Amino acid sequence: MIGDNLLAYAFMAGGLACFALFSWYPLIRGIMLSFQQVNFVTDPYWVGTENYVALFEDPLFWTAWRNTLVFSGIALVFGYLVPLFLAILMNELRHLKGFFRVAVYLPVMLPPIVVVLLWRYFYDPGNGLFNTVLSAVGLPTSQWTQSSGTALFSLVLVSTWANLGGATLMYLAGLQSIPGELYEAAELDGASVWQRLRHVTIPQLRFLMLVLLLLQVIATMQVFIEPYQLTGTTNPDTITVMVLIYRYAFTVNNDFGLAAAMSVTLFVVLAAFSAVYLRLTRSQES
Amino acid sequence: MRTLISETEIRRHRALYLAVLGAVTIAFTLAFLFPVYWMVTGALKSPVELAQPTPTLIPERFRPESYADAWNRMDIARYFGNTVFYAFGGWLFVLVLDVAVAYALSKLRPVLGNVILGGMLASLMLPASALLIPAYLTVADVPLLGVNLLNTPWALWLPAVANAFNIYVLKRFFDQIPNDLLDAAAIDGAGRLRVLWSVVLPLSRPVLGVVSIFAIIGIWKDFLWPLLVLPEPAAQTLSVALSRLSLTSQVPLNMMLAGLVIASIPMIVIFLIFQRSIIGGLSAGAMKG
Repeated sequence: MIGDNLLAYAFMAGGLACFALFSWYPLIRGIMLSFQQVNFVTDPYWVGTENYVALFEDPLFWTAWRNTLVFSGIALVFGYLVPLFLAILMNELRHLKGFFRVAVYLPVMLPPIVVVLLWRYFYDPGNGLFNTVLSAVGLPTSQWTQSSGTALFSLVLVSTWANLGGATLMYLAGLQSIPGELYEAAELDGASVWQRLRHVTIPQLRFLMLVLLLLQVIATMQVFIEPYQLTGTTNPDTITVMVLIYRYAFTVNNDFGLAAAMSVTLFVVLAAFSAVYLRLTRSQES
Repeated sequence: MRTLISETEIRRHRALYLAVLGAVTIAFTLAFLFPVYWMVTGALKSPVELAQPTPTLIPERFRPESYADAWNRMDIARYFGNTVFYAFGGWLFVLVLDVAVAYALSKLRPVLGNVILGGMLASLMLPASALLIPAYLTVADVPLLGVNLLNTPWALWLPAVANAFNIYVLKRFFDQIPNDLLDAAAIDGAGRLRVLWSVVLPLSRPVLGVVSIFAIIGIWKDFLWPLLVLPEPAAQTLSVALSRLSLTSQVPLNMMLAGLVIASIPMIVIFLIFQRSIIGGLSAGAMKG
Protein backbone atom coordinates (compact mmCIF):
# COMPACT_ATOMS: atom_id res chain seq x y z
CA MET A 1 0.00 0.00 0.00
CA ILE A 2 2.69 2.46 1.03
CA GLY A 3 4.72 1.26 -1.93
CA ASP A 4 1.82 2.02 -4.26
CA ASN A 5 1.46 5.50 -2.82
CA LEU A 6 5.15 6.20 -3.18
CA LEU A 7 4.99 5.02 -6.77
CA ALA A 8 1.94 7.20 -7.49
CA TYR A 9 3.65 10.27 -6.06
CA ALA A 10 6.80 9.44 -8.02
CA PHE A 11 4.66 9.46 -11.17
CA MET A 12 3.09 12.78 -10.20
CA ALA A 13 6.23 14.54 -8.95
CA GLY A 14 7.04 16.45 -12.17
CA GLY A 15 3.47 17.55 -12.84
CA LEU A 16 2.91 18.54 -9.22
CA ALA A 17 6.08 20.62 -9.18
CA CYS A 18 4.90 22.50 -12.29
CA PHE A 19 1.47 23.16 -10.78
CA ALA A 20 3.01 24.31 -7.53
CA LEU A 21 5.44 26.66 -9.28
CA PHE A 22 3.18 28.10 -11.96
CA SER A 23 -0.30 27.91 -10.56
CA TRP A 24 -0.68 27.50 -6.81
CA TYR A 25 2.29 29.48 -5.56
CA PRO A 26 1.76 32.42 -7.98
CA LEU A 27 -1.82 32.80 -6.76
CA ILE A 28 -0.68 33.30 -3.16
CA ARG A 29 2.33 35.34 -4.19
CA GLY A 30 0.23 37.56 -6.45
CA ILE A 31 -2.03 38.52 -3.60
CA MET A 32 0.98 39.10 -1.32
CA LEU A 33 2.74 41.20 -3.95
CA SER A 34 -0.24 43.51 -4.21
CA PHE A 35 0.46 44.56 -0.59
CA GLN A 36 4.22 44.84 -1.08
CA GLN A 37 6.77 47.19 -2.53
CA VAL A 38 9.09 45.40 -4.97
CA ASN A 39 12.22 47.23 -6.06
CA PHE A 40 14.86 44.54 -6.83
CA VAL A 41 17.37 46.34 -4.59
CA THR A 42 16.05 45.32 -1.19
CA ASP A 43 13.75 42.39 -0.43
CA PRO A 44 10.07 43.12 -1.02
CA TYR A 45 8.56 44.82 2.04
CA TRP A 46 4.97 45.27 3.23
CA VAL A 47 3.26 48.56 2.47
CA GLY A 48 -0.32 47.71 3.45
CA THR A 49 -2.90 49.02 1.01
CA GLU A 50 -0.62 51.65 -0.52
CA ASN A 51 -0.63 49.96 -3.95
CA TYR A 52 -4.40 49.88 -4.02
CA VAL A 53 -4.66 53.51 -2.98
CA ALA A 54 -2.19 54.50 -5.70
CA LEU A 55 -4.10 52.36 -8.17
CA PHE A 56 -7.49 53.88 -7.43
CA GLU A 57 -6.00 57.37 -7.59
CA ASP A 58 -4.52 56.73 -11.01
CA PRO A 59 -7.00 57.95 -13.64
CA LEU A 60 -5.60 55.28 -15.99
CA PHE A 61 -7.03 52.59 -13.72
CA TRP A 62 -10.56 53.81 -14.40
CA THR A 63 -9.81 54.42 -18.09
CA ALA A 64 -8.45 50.90 -18.50
CA TRP A 65 -11.46 49.34 -16.82
CA ARG A 66 -13.90 51.45 -18.80
CA ASN A 67 -12.17 50.56 -22.09
CA THR A 68 -12.10 46.88 -21.14
CA LEU A 69 -15.80 46.83 -20.32
CA VAL A 70 -16.68 48.70 -23.53
CA PHE A 71 -14.47 46.32 -25.52
CA SER A 72 -16.09 43.26 -23.90
CA GLY A 73 -19.54 44.74 -24.41
CA ILE A 74 -19.08 45.35 -28.14
CA ALA A 75 -17.22 42.05 -28.53
CA LEU A 76 -20.17 40.27 -26.92
CA VAL A 77 -22.66 41.74 -29.34
CA PHE A 78 -20.56 40.63 -32.31
CA GLY A 79 -18.84 37.57 -30.96
CA TYR A 80 -22.04 36.27 -29.48
CA LEU A 81 -24.63 36.86 -32.16
CA VAL A 82 -22.55 36.39 -35.30
CA PRO A 83 -21.36 32.83 -34.46
CA LEU A 84 -24.89 31.77 -33.55
CA PHE A 85 -26.20 33.15 -36.83
CA LEU A 86 -23.38 31.54 -38.85
CA ALA A 87 -23.82 28.16 -37.15
CA ILE A 88 -27.57 28.08 -37.85
CA LEU A 89 -26.91 29.03 -41.47
CA MET A 90 -24.17 26.38 -41.84
CA ASN A 91 -26.37 23.73 -40.31
CA GLU A 92 -29.16 24.37 -42.81
CA LEU A 93 -26.97 24.28 -45.90
CA ARG A 94 -26.78 20.85 -47.51
CA HIS A 95 -23.67 21.46 -49.60
CA LEU A 96 -20.03 22.46 -49.03
CA LYS A 97 -20.25 21.74 -45.29
CA GLY A 98 -16.56 20.86 -45.07
CA PHE A 99 -15.56 24.07 -46.82
CA PHE A 100 -17.60 26.29 -44.48
CA ARG A 101 -16.18 24.57 -41.44
CA VAL A 102 -12.57 24.94 -42.58
CA ALA A 103 -13.08 28.55 -43.71
CA VAL A 104 -14.67 29.75 -40.48
CA TYR A 105 -11.98 28.10 -38.33
CA LEU A 106 -8.99 29.13 -40.47
CA PRO A 107 -8.49 32.53 -38.74
CA VAL A 108 -8.53 30.82 -35.34
CA MET A 109 -5.50 28.78 -36.40
CA LEU A 110 -3.43 31.81 -37.43
CA PRO A 111 -1.07 33.05 -34.72
CA PRO A 112 -2.65 36.18 -33.18
CA ILE A 113 0.34 38.32 -34.09
CA VAL A 114 -0.18 37.42 -37.76
CA VAL A 115 -3.81 38.47 -37.53
CA VAL A 116 -3.14 41.85 -35.94
CA LEU A 117 -0.23 42.73 -38.23
CA LEU A 118 -2.28 41.77 -41.28
CA TRP A 119 -5.19 43.87 -40.09
CA ARG A 120 -2.91 46.79 -39.29
CA TYR A 121 -2.07 46.80 -42.95
CA PHE A 122 -5.79 46.59 -43.93
CA TYR A 123 -6.61 49.45 -41.52
CA ASP A 124 -3.84 51.74 -42.83
CA PRO A 125 -5.59 55.11 -43.35
CA GLY A 126 -3.31 55.93 -46.32
CA ASN A 127 -3.61 53.06 -48.78
CA GLY A 128 -5.04 50.28 -46.62
CA LEU A 129 -7.41 47.89 -48.30
CA PHE A 130 -10.46 48.91 -46.25
CA ASN A 131 -10.27 52.58 -47.13
CA THR A 132 -9.51 51.78 -50.77
CA VAL A 133 -12.64 49.63 -50.98
CA LEU A 134 -14.75 52.20 -49.10
CA SER A 135 -13.74 55.05 -51.36
CA ALA A 136 -14.14 52.88 -54.47
CA VAL A 137 -17.80 52.35 -53.65
CA GLY A 138 -18.23 55.99 -52.64
CA LEU A 139 -18.42 55.56 -48.87
CA PRO A 140 -16.55 57.81 -46.43
CA THR A 141 -13.19 56.43 -45.32
CA SER A 142 -12.20 56.01 -41.67
CA GLN A 143 -9.12 56.51 -39.52
CA TRP A 144 -9.84 53.07 -38.00
CA THR A 145 -7.41 52.45 -35.13
CA GLN A 146 -6.04 55.99 -35.27
CA SER A 147 -9.04 57.97 -34.15
CA SER A 148 -10.45 57.90 -30.65
CA GLY A 149 -13.99 57.43 -31.93
CA THR A 150 -13.35 54.24 -33.88
CA ALA A 151 -10.25 52.73 -32.27
CA LEU A 152 -11.92 50.39 -29.75
CA PHE A 153 -14.45 49.31 -32.33
CA SER A 154 -11.67 48.51 -34.81
CA LEU A 155 -9.94 46.37 -32.19
CA VAL A 156 -13.16 44.45 -31.54
CA LEU A 157 -13.52 43.81 -35.27
CA VAL A 158 -10.06 42.20 -35.53
CA SER A 159 -10.55 40.20 -32.39
CA THR A 160 -13.96 38.94 -33.50
CA TRP A 161 -12.65 37.94 -36.92
CA ALA A 162 -9.81 36.02 -35.32
CA ASN A 163 -11.91 34.18 -32.74
CA LEU A 164 -15.47 33.65 -33.90
CA GLY A 165 -14.69 30.29 -35.53
CA GLY A 166 -14.41 28.54 -32.18
CA ALA A 167 -17.84 29.58 -30.93
CA THR A 168 -19.35 28.91 -34.36
CA LEU A 169 -18.17 25.31 -34.41
CA MET A 170 -19.31 24.75 -30.84
CA TYR A 171 -22.78 26.02 -31.75
CA LEU A 172 -22.73 23.80 -34.82
CA ALA A 173 -22.02 20.76 -32.63
CA GLY A 174 -24.86 21.86 -30.34
CA LEU A 175 -27.25 22.24 -33.26
CA GLN A 176 -26.40 18.78 -34.54
CA SER A 177 -27.31 17.22 -31.23
CA ILE A 178 -30.89 18.59 -31.35
CA PRO A 179 -33.22 15.61 -32.03
CA GLY A 180 -34.90 15.91 -35.44
CA GLU A 181 -38.23 14.72 -34.02
CA LEU A 182 -38.62 18.03 -32.20
CA TYR A 183 -38.65 19.89 -35.49
CA GLU A 184 -40.97 17.34 -37.08
CA ALA A 185 -43.45 17.62 -34.21
CA ALA A 186 -43.36 21.42 -34.38
CA GLU A 187 -43.89 21.31 -38.12
CA LEU A 188 -46.89 19.01 -37.74
CA ASP A 189 -48.31 21.52 -35.28
CA GLY A 190 -48.05 24.11 -38.03
CA ALA A 191 -45.06 26.04 -36.67
CA SER A 192 -43.32 28.24 -39.25
CA VAL A 193 -39.55 28.31 -39.66
CA TRP A 194 -39.29 31.35 -37.37
CA GLN A 195 -41.46 29.75 -34.74
CA ARG A 196 -39.38 26.56 -34.89
CA LEU A 197 -36.21 28.64 -34.51
CA ARG A 198 -37.64 30.50 -31.55
CA HIS A 199 -39.34 27.64 -29.76
CA VAL A 200 -37.12 24.66 -30.61
CA THR A 201 -33.61 25.72 -31.66
CA ILE A 202 -32.95 28.55 -29.23
CA PRO A 203 -34.33 26.78 -26.11
CA GLN A 204 -32.30 23.67 -26.99
CA LEU A 205 -29.14 25.76 -27.24
CA ARG A 206 -29.79 27.76 -24.10
CA PHE A 207 -27.21 25.97 -21.96
CA LEU A 208 -24.49 26.24 -24.60
CA MET A 209 -25.33 29.92 -25.13
CA LEU A 210 -24.86 30.59 -21.45
CA VAL A 211 -21.55 28.70 -21.34
CA LEU A 212 -20.22 30.55 -24.38
CA LEU A 213 -21.38 33.87 -22.95
CA LEU A 214 -19.29 33.28 -19.82
CA LEU A 215 -16.27 32.04 -21.81
CA GLN A 216 -16.53 35.06 -24.07
CA VAL A 217 -16.65 37.48 -21.13
CA ILE A 218 -13.63 35.80 -19.53
CA ALA A 219 -11.66 35.82 -22.79
CA THR A 220 -12.46 39.35 -23.96
CA MET A 221 -11.72 40.96 -20.60
CA GLN A 222 -8.15 39.68 -20.94
CA VAL A 223 -7.63 41.29 -24.34
CA PHE A 224 -4.01 42.27 -24.84
CA ILE A 225 -2.42 41.75 -28.23
CA GLU A 226 -4.86 43.88 -30.25
CA PRO A 227 -4.41 47.09 -28.25
CA TYR A 228 -0.72 46.38 -27.56
CA GLN A 229 0.15 45.91 -31.21
CA LEU A 230 -2.32 48.18 -33.02
CA THR A 231 -2.49 51.22 -30.75
CA GLY A 232 0.40 50.88 -28.29
CA THR A 233 0.56 50.89 -24.51
CA THR A 234 0.20 54.63 -23.98
CA ASN A 235 -2.98 55.40 -25.90
CA PRO A 236 -5.70 56.27 -23.36
CA ASP A 237 -8.42 55.51 -25.92
CA THR A 238 -7.59 51.84 -26.03
CA ILE A 239 -5.59 51.03 -22.90
CA THR A 240 -7.10 47.91 -21.34
CA VAL A 241 -6.62 46.17 -18.01
CA MET A 242 -4.01 43.75 -19.37
CA VAL A 243 -2.17 46.51 -21.19
CA LEU A 244 -2.08 48.54 -18.00
CA ILE A 245 -0.74 45.56 -16.02
CA TYR A 246 1.97 45.16 -18.64
CA ARG A 247 2.71 48.86 -18.57
CA TYR A 248 2.92 49.11 -14.77
CA ALA A 249 5.26 46.13 -14.56
CA PHE A 250 7.42 46.27 -17.65
CA THR A 251 7.53 49.78 -19.09
CA VAL A 252 7.38 53.16 -17.39
CA ASN A 253 6.72 52.32 -13.76
CA ASN A 254 8.51 48.98 -13.27
CA ASP A 255 6.24 48.61 -10.28
CA PHE A 256 5.38 44.96 -9.74
CA GLY A 257 3.33 45.69 -6.62
CA LEU A 258 1.07 48.07 -8.50
CA ALA A 259 0.78 45.62 -11.41
CA ALA A 260 -0.10 42.83 -8.97
CA ALA A 261 -2.82 44.98 -7.40
CA MET A 262 -4.25 45.62 -10.86
CA SER A 263 -4.13 41.86 -11.54
CA VAL A 264 -6.04 41.21 -8.32
CA THR A 265 -8.86 43.51 -9.45
CA LEU A 266 -9.06 41.57 -12.74
CA PHE A 267 -8.90 38.28 -10.92
CA VAL A 268 -11.76 39.18 -8.57
CA VAL A 269 -14.02 40.12 -11.47
CA LEU A 270 -13.11 37.10 -13.60
CA ALA A 271 -13.25 34.62 -10.71
CA ALA A 272 -16.93 35.41 -10.29
CA PHE A 273 -17.61 34.53 -13.92
CA SER A 274 -15.37 31.44 -13.73
CA ALA A 275 -17.19 30.19 -10.64
CA VAL A 276 -20.56 30.44 -12.38
CA TYR A 277 -19.10 28.72 -15.44
CA LEU A 278 -17.62 25.81 -13.50
CA ARG A 279 -20.80 25.39 -11.51
CA LEU A 280 -22.88 25.26 -14.65
CA THR A 281 -20.70 22.74 -16.48
CA ARG A 282 -20.29 20.59 -13.36
CA SER A 283 -24.06 20.45 -12.76
CA GLN A 284 -24.65 19.60 -16.42
CA GLU A 285 -22.29 16.65 -16.15
CA SER A 286 -23.78 14.95 -13.12
CA MET B 1 -30.42 14.44 -40.41
CA ARG B 2 -33.50 16.57 -39.81
CA THR B 3 -32.77 20.26 -39.09
CA LEU B 4 -34.75 23.46 -38.75
CA ILE B 5 -35.83 23.42 -42.39
CA SER B 6 -36.99 20.12 -43.88
CA GLU B 7 -35.81 18.54 -47.12
CA THR B 8 -39.27 19.08 -48.67
CA GLU B 9 -39.19 22.78 -47.90
CA ILE B 10 -35.72 23.07 -49.41
CA ARG B 11 -36.80 21.23 -52.54
CA ARG B 12 -39.84 23.44 -52.85
CA HIS B 13 -37.71 26.62 -52.67
CA ARG B 14 -34.76 25.33 -54.68
CA ALA B 15 -33.92 28.70 -56.26
CA LEU B 16 -33.91 30.49 -52.91
CA TYR B 17 -31.76 27.76 -51.39
CA LEU B 18 -29.22 28.00 -54.20
CA ALA B 19 -29.13 31.79 -53.91
CA VAL B 20 -28.44 31.56 -50.16
CA LEU B 21 -25.82 28.87 -50.72
CA GLY B 22 -24.08 31.05 -53.31
CA ALA B 23 -24.23 34.15 -51.13
CA VAL B 24 -22.84 32.30 -48.09
CA THR B 25 -20.06 30.75 -50.17
CA ILE B 26 -19.04 34.17 -51.49
CA ALA B 27 -19.30 35.77 -48.04
CA PHE B 28 -17.19 33.06 -46.38
CA THR B 29 -14.58 33.22 -49.13
CA LEU B 30 -14.33 37.01 -48.89
CA ALA B 31 -14.39 37.17 -45.12
CA PHE B 32 -12.17 34.25 -44.17
CA LEU B 33 -10.08 33.13 -47.14
CA PHE B 34 -9.45 36.42 -48.91
CA PRO B 35 -7.35 38.00 -46.10
CA VAL B 36 -5.11 34.92 -46.17
CA TYR B 37 -4.87 35.12 -49.97
CA TRP B 38 -4.02 38.81 -49.65
CA MET B 39 -1.22 38.04 -47.23
CA VAL B 40 0.30 35.26 -49.36
CA THR B 41 0.17 37.24 -52.62
CA GLY B 42 1.07 40.53 -50.96
CA ALA B 43 4.38 39.00 -49.99
CA LEU B 44 5.00 38.19 -53.66
CA LYS B 45 4.59 41.82 -54.77
CA SER B 46 7.37 44.37 -54.95
CA PRO B 47 7.48 47.14 -52.31
CA VAL B 48 6.62 49.63 -55.08
CA GLU B 49 3.53 47.68 -56.10
CA LEU B 50 2.43 47.40 -52.45
CA ALA B 51 2.69 51.18 -52.04
CA GLN B 52 0.40 51.93 -55.01
CA PRO B 53 -2.84 53.72 -54.15
CA THR B 54 -4.91 51.15 -56.08
CA PRO B 55 -4.07 47.65 -54.91
CA THR B 56 -3.68 44.84 -57.44
CA LEU B 57 -5.57 41.59 -57.03
CA ILE B 58 -2.89 39.50 -58.68
CA PRO B 59 0.79 40.49 -58.35
CA GLU B 60 2.06 42.20 -61.52
CA ARG B 61 5.27 40.25 -61.27
CA PHE B 62 5.80 37.38 -58.86
CA ARG B 63 8.73 37.93 -56.55
CA PRO B 64 9.12 34.80 -54.42
CA GLU B 65 12.46 36.28 -53.29
CA SER B 66 10.57 38.08 -50.49
CA TYR B 67 10.21 34.75 -48.75
CA ALA B 68 13.90 33.95 -49.09
CA ASP B 69 14.82 37.50 -47.98
CA ALA B 70 12.59 37.25 -44.93
CA TRP B 71 13.98 33.83 -44.08
CA ASN B 72 17.61 35.02 -44.31
CA ARG B 73 17.75 38.76 -43.77
CA MET B 74 15.01 39.14 -41.17
CA ASP B 75 16.50 36.09 -39.42
CA ILE B 76 13.12 34.35 -39.61
CA ALA B 77 15.04 31.07 -39.88
CA ARG B 78 16.33 31.47 -36.33
CA TYR B 79 12.95 32.45 -34.83
CA PHE B 80 11.20 29.69 -36.71
CA GLY B 81 13.74 27.19 -35.37
CA ASN B 82 13.29 28.56 -31.84
CA THR B 83 9.52 28.21 -32.04
CA VAL B 84 9.71 24.64 -33.37
CA PHE B 85 12.09 23.76 -30.55
CA TYR B 86 9.82 25.34 -27.90
CA ALA B 87 6.69 23.74 -29.32
CA PHE B 88 8.10 20.22 -29.57
CA GLY B 89 9.87 20.40 -26.23
CA GLY B 90 6.70 21.69 -24.59
CA TRP B 91 4.73 18.94 -26.27
CA LEU B 92 7.09 16.28 -24.87
CA PHE B 93 6.91 17.70 -21.35
CA VAL B 94 3.13 17.97 -21.46
CA LEU B 95 2.75 14.45 -22.76
CA VAL B 96 5.16 12.75 -20.36
CA LEU B 97 4.31 14.66 -17.17
CA ASP B 98 0.55 15.11 -17.67
CA VAL B 99 0.06 11.47 -18.70
CA ALA B 100 1.99 10.37 -15.62
CA VAL B 101 -0.17 12.53 -13.33
CA ALA B 102 -3.41 11.41 -14.98
CA TYR B 103 -2.38 7.73 -14.85
CA ALA B 104 -1.43 7.95 -11.19
CA LEU B 105 -4.69 9.71 -10.30
CA SER B 106 -6.82 7.35 -12.36
CA LYS B 107 -5.24 3.94 -11.79
CA LEU B 108 -2.93 4.13 -8.77
CA ARG B 109 -5.39 6.19 -6.74
CA PRO B 110 -2.98 7.57 -4.10
CA VAL B 111 -4.01 9.04 -0.75
CA LEU B 112 -5.10 12.67 -1.24
CA GLY B 113 -5.48 12.02 -4.98
CA ASN B 114 -8.85 13.74 -5.02
CA VAL B 115 -7.52 16.75 -3.16
CA ILE B 116 -4.74 17.09 -5.71
CA LEU B 117 -7.15 16.75 -8.63
CA GLY B 118 -9.39 19.35 -6.98
CA GLY B 119 -6.46 21.72 -6.59
CA MET B 120 -5.57 21.28 -10.24
CA LEU B 121 -9.13 21.80 -11.43
CA ALA B 122 -9.47 24.87 -9.22
CA SER B 123 -6.64 26.40 -11.24
CA LEU B 124 -8.99 26.39 -14.24
CA MET B 125 -10.72 29.25 -12.46
CA LEU B 126 -7.54 31.30 -12.48
CA PRO B 127 -7.21 33.27 -15.68
CA ALA B 128 -3.58 32.96 -16.82
CA SER B 129 -3.41 36.73 -17.01
CA ALA B 130 -4.12 37.15 -13.30
CA LEU B 131 -1.01 35.06 -12.53
CA LEU B 132 1.16 36.87 -15.05
CA ILE B 133 3.20 39.00 -12.65
CA PRO B 134 3.89 36.40 -9.92
CA ALA B 135 4.54 33.68 -12.53
CA TYR B 136 7.02 36.01 -14.23
CA LEU B 137 8.81 36.64 -10.94
CA THR B 138 8.86 32.87 -10.33
CA VAL B 139 10.56 32.29 -13.68
CA ALA B 140 13.03 35.11 -13.02
CA ASP B 141 14.07 33.53 -9.72
CA VAL B 142 12.76 30.01 -9.11
CA PRO B 143 11.96 29.48 -5.42
CA LEU B 144 14.26 27.03 -3.56
CA LEU B 145 16.46 26.52 -6.63
CA GLY B 146 17.32 30.19 -7.10
CA VAL B 147 17.86 29.87 -10.86
CA ASN B 148 16.82 32.37 -13.52
CA LEU B 149 14.87 30.77 -16.38
CA LEU B 150 14.31 33.96 -18.40
CA ASN B 151 15.41 33.49 -22.02
CA THR B 152 15.57 29.71 -21.60
CA PRO B 153 13.16 27.14 -23.10
CA TRP B 154 12.21 26.03 -19.57
CA ALA B 155 10.24 29.26 -19.16
CA LEU B 156 7.81 27.99 -21.81
CA TRP B 157 8.01 24.23 -21.19
CA LEU B 158 7.31 24.02 -17.47
CA PRO B 159 4.25 26.32 -17.32
CA ALA B 160 2.75 24.39 -20.26
CA VAL B 161 2.64 21.28 -18.06
CA ALA B 162 0.51 23.03 -15.43
CA ASN B 163 -2.62 22.61 -17.54
CA ALA B 164 -5.54 21.18 -15.60
CA PHE B 165 -7.62 20.70 -18.72
CA ASN B 166 -5.12 18.21 -20.20
CA ILE B 167 -4.98 16.24 -16.98
CA TYR B 168 -8.75 16.21 -16.67
CA VAL B 169 -9.27 14.98 -20.24
CA LEU B 170 -6.56 12.31 -19.88
CA LYS B 171 -7.81 11.10 -16.51
CA ARG B 172 -11.39 10.83 -17.76
CA PHE B 173 -10.16 8.74 -20.66
CA PHE B 174 -8.02 6.48 -18.45
CA ASP B 175 -10.99 6.02 -16.09
CA GLN B 176 -12.88 4.35 -18.92
CA ILE B 177 -10.20 1.71 -19.47
CA PRO B 178 -11.40 -1.37 -17.51
CA ASN B 179 -9.25 -2.31 -14.54
CA ASP B 180 -9.61 -6.00 -15.46
CA LEU B 181 -7.42 -5.33 -18.47
CA LEU B 182 -4.75 -3.81 -16.25
CA ASP B 183 -5.04 -6.61 -13.68
CA ALA B 184 -4.64 -9.24 -16.39
CA ALA B 185 -1.43 -7.56 -17.51
CA ALA B 186 -0.26 -7.33 -13.89
CA ILE B 187 -0.87 -11.08 -13.40
CA ASP B 188 1.29 -11.67 -16.45
CA GLY B 189 4.03 -9.94 -14.52
CA ALA B 190 3.88 -6.42 -15.96
CA GLY B 191 4.89 -3.60 -13.61
CA ARG B 192 2.96 -0.31 -13.34
CA LEU B 193 5.12 1.44 -15.89
CA ARG B 194 4.90 -1.51 -18.26
CA VAL B 195 1.08 -1.54 -17.96
CA LEU B 196 0.99 2.18 -18.75
CA TRP B 197 3.26 1.75 -21.76
CA SER B 198 1.84 -1.46 -23.25
CA VAL B 199 -1.83 -1.36 -22.28
CA VAL B 200 -3.02 2.15 -21.41
CA LEU B 201 -1.14 4.26 -23.95
CA PRO B 202 -1.96 2.18 -27.05
CA LEU B 203 -5.65 2.38 -26.10
CA SER B 204 -5.41 6.13 -25.53
CA ARG B 205 -4.18 7.17 -28.95
CA PRO B 206 -7.13 9.45 -29.81
CA VAL B 207 -6.94 11.45 -26.59
CA LEU B 208 -3.14 11.64 -26.76
CA GLY B 209 -3.53 13.02 -30.28
CA VAL B 210 -5.91 15.77 -29.16
CA VAL B 211 -3.75 16.76 -26.18
CA SER B 212 -0.64 16.81 -28.41
CA ILE B 213 -2.21 18.99 -31.09
CA PHE B 214 -3.55 21.49 -28.57
CA ALA B 215 -0.22 21.62 -26.71
CA ILE B 216 1.70 22.41 -29.90
CA ILE B 217 -0.85 24.94 -31.16
CA GLY B 218 -0.95 26.57 -27.73
CA ILE B 219 2.79 27.22 -27.65
CA TRP B 220 2.92 28.28 -31.31
CA LYS B 221 0.13 30.84 -30.91
CA ASP B 222 1.07 32.20 -27.49
CA PHE B 223 2.20 35.81 -27.40
CA LEU B 224 2.06 37.62 -24.06
CA TRP B 225 3.93 35.03 -21.97
CA PRO B 226 6.87 34.59 -24.40
CA LEU B 227 6.94 38.38 -24.81
CA LEU B 228 7.65 38.66 -21.08
CA VAL B 229 9.96 35.73 -20.47
CA LEU B 230 12.07 35.93 -23.65
CA PRO B 231 13.37 39.52 -23.69
CA GLU B 232 16.60 38.46 -25.42
CA PRO B 233 16.00 38.78 -29.21
CA ALA B 234 18.07 35.68 -30.02
CA ALA B 235 15.82 33.52 -27.83
CA GLN B 236 12.50 34.87 -29.07
CA THR B 237 9.64 33.01 -30.71
CA LEU B 238 8.54 33.93 -34.20
CA SER B 239 5.46 35.78 -32.87
CA VAL B 240 7.45 37.92 -30.45
CA ALA B 241 10.15 38.62 -33.03
CA LEU B 242 7.57 39.68 -35.65
CA SER B 243 5.98 42.01 -33.13
CA ARG B 244 9.35 43.55 -32.22
CA LEU B 245 10.40 43.92 -35.87
CA SER B 246 7.08 45.53 -36.78
CA LEU B 247 7.34 48.05 -33.95
CA THR B 248 10.97 49.03 -34.11
CA SER B 249 12.63 48.58 -37.46
CA GLN B 250 12.10 49.53 -41.04
CA VAL B 251 11.31 46.13 -42.49
CA PRO B 252 9.90 46.38 -46.04
CA LEU B 253 6.24 45.43 -46.16
CA ASN B 254 6.69 42.54 -48.58
CA MET B 255 9.24 40.93 -46.26
CA MET B 256 7.01 41.46 -43.24
CA LEU B 257 4.10 39.80 -45.06
CA ALA B 258 6.37 36.90 -46.02
CA GLY B 259 7.26 36.56 -42.33
CA LEU B 260 3.56 36.45 -41.42
CA VAL B 261 2.95 33.71 -43.99
CA ILE B 262 5.90 31.66 -42.73
CA ALA B 263 4.59 31.98 -39.16
CA SER B 264 1.19 30.71 -40.30
CA ILE B 265 2.25 27.76 -42.46
CA PRO B 266 2.83 25.18 -39.68
CA MET B 267 -0.52 26.02 -38.08
CA ILE B 268 -2.39 25.76 -41.37
CA VAL B 269 -0.69 22.46 -42.21
CA ILE B 270 -1.53 21.03 -38.77
CA PHE B 271 -5.09 22.24 -39.17
CA LEU B 272 -5.57 20.71 -42.61
CA ILE B 273 -4.13 17.37 -41.50
CA PHE B 274 -5.84 17.13 -38.11
CA GLN B 275 -9.10 19.01 -38.85
CA ARG B 276 -11.21 16.17 -37.57
CA SER B 277 -9.46 15.87 -34.19
CA ILE B 278 -9.24 19.64 -33.75
CA ILE B 279 -12.90 20.24 -34.48
CA GLY B 280 -13.91 17.15 -32.50
CA GLY B 281 -11.78 18.23 -29.52
CA LEU B 282 -13.35 21.67 -29.69
CA SER B 283 -16.90 20.33 -29.51
CA ALA B 284 -15.93 17.97 -26.68
CA GLY B 285 -14.41 20.95 -24.88
CA ALA B 286 -17.64 22.90 -25.26
CA MET B 287 -19.66 20.15 -23.67
CA LYS B 288 -17.30 19.24 -20.86
CA GLY B 289 -15.70 22.59 -20.15
